[in-house]
Amino acid sequence: MQEVTEKKEFTPNIVAFCCNWCSYAGADLAGSSRLTYPANVKIIRVPCSCRVNPTFVLKAFQQGADGVILCGCHPGDCHYVTGNYYTRRRMALLFSFLNYMGIEKERTRVEWVSAAEGAKFSEVMNDFVKTVTALGENKRLTDLRVKEGK
Amino acid sequence: MRDIELKMIERAKALLESGEVARVVGWKKGEFYFDPMPAVFETVEELNDFVYNSFCGANLSKYLIKVSKNPGKTAIFLKPCDSFSLNQLFKEHRVIRENIYVIAIECQGKLSVEKMKKLGVSAITEVNENGEEIVVSSLYGETKFSRDEVLLGKCETCKSKVHQVKDEEIILREMQAGKKDRFEDVEKLEAMSEEERFTFWREQLSKCIRCNACRNVCPACSCMKCVFDNPASGIAAKANDDKFEEQLFHIIRAFHVAGRCTDCGECSRVCPQGIPLHLLNRKFIKDIDGLYGEYQAGETAEGKTPLTSYNEEDGEPSDVFKGEEK
Repeated sequence: MQEVTEKKEFTPNIVAFCCNWCSYAGADLAGSSRLTYPANVKIIRVPCSCRVNPTFVLKAFQQGADGVILCGCHPGDCHYVTGNYYTRRRMALLFSFLNYMGIEKERTRVEWVSAAEGAKFSEVMNDFVKTVTALGENKRLTDLRVKEGK
Repeated sequence: MRDIELKMIERAKALLESGEVARVVGWKKGEFYFDPMPAVFETVEELNDFVYNSFCGANLSKYLIKVSKNPGKTAIFLKPCDSFSLNQLFKEHRVIRENIYVIAIECQGKLSVEKMKKLGVSAITEVNENGEEIVVSSLYGETKFSRDEVLLGKCETCKSKVHQVKDEEIILREMQAGKKDRFEDVEKLEAMSEEERFTFWREQLSKCIRCNACRNVCPACSCMKCVFDNPASGIAAKANDDKFEEQLFHIIRAFHVAGRCTDCGECSRVCPQGIPLHLLNRKFIKDIDGLYGEYQAGETAEGKTPLTSYNEEDGEPSDVFKGEEK
């Protein structure tokens, strides 16, 4: 008898924080242009990328995300003029710090996607999902209880 | 050390007697010689318990947040490193400069009773400092150490012996900054692989018992309402549900003080589990220095911190990892 081991392909949970003015509209454009991005990307709309408290990122990981990506307007194009400049500093420090704690640096990313860049949005998401899939499950910064039932 | 102590008491007495200040913040005798504790003195009689010895490592600045709200001026004795913390509190408007009278005092680096215990000396009754030589008297006799052997961890990498804020000073001898580079240990960790770093921190942080001592002692951690006291934060204020929480607690705490941490090293000093918490804060300091220009929190009481300001030419978050690709 041949033993059949079913190998389930790993599909990562991705949380994408998208700013209302650029990236969320960019995602919309990707949709209306019929460009695809993986369905395991869960978009959370925020008023500005600057709204993303570092705790949100941690919470996402804690609750079972395998990767977190932040999308905002290009620096200089922020709807609130300066919001994303703060995001840039904050996330640079946070991501560097998470890596210092041993979290794989590929799991976190910041991308600037404007409302006109539907193609870029789809490209970025496809690439990010690919990277995280290759990395595998996030085990280092998560509440293991969340994943037990899976 | 004794000569400074006498001068300090004399000065505190004069200030209290003249009514110039309503209270003095200093250290008072603990149960033993080696555990003096921060205290507020409001009368001359109370000054009988005043001490300043080699174990007065505690940073007094934070006590001013509460104490200085009472009517009248508050005098405080500050070591050089503590003066950074006070400056930072001025900057954040937690303490009003006009209400404080700062007396800068000499500090040759404070000593660690833990290190002495490890070297086999307990029941310490007195310590005398003769330059680099430390003479420790205990119930069991006298032992001599070199200063480097028994220096507090935070004093080994002392960043400055210059008071950042003062109204007068009691300094009798010249002071020397630390001999060790403070980023040495951070660099060592950075050189490890992700896996090794993860193992290191998991090992260290799983010792955490969430006593909150690091939070409570930290002059930068002084929010009126702390995020960890919020039951909805997902990170319990006390005991952990699961191991991941220590990790989250320390990441969040380190981030909250990023750009505001003066690197006074109190977190590691008070940690009952001996977790090198200062290495977390120093990583932020090192990154900020490297990415946004040298910055020392508490150097001035004016200006913005790195995380509340920006530069249009700042690098991208992904740039942080450039140059370390293998």
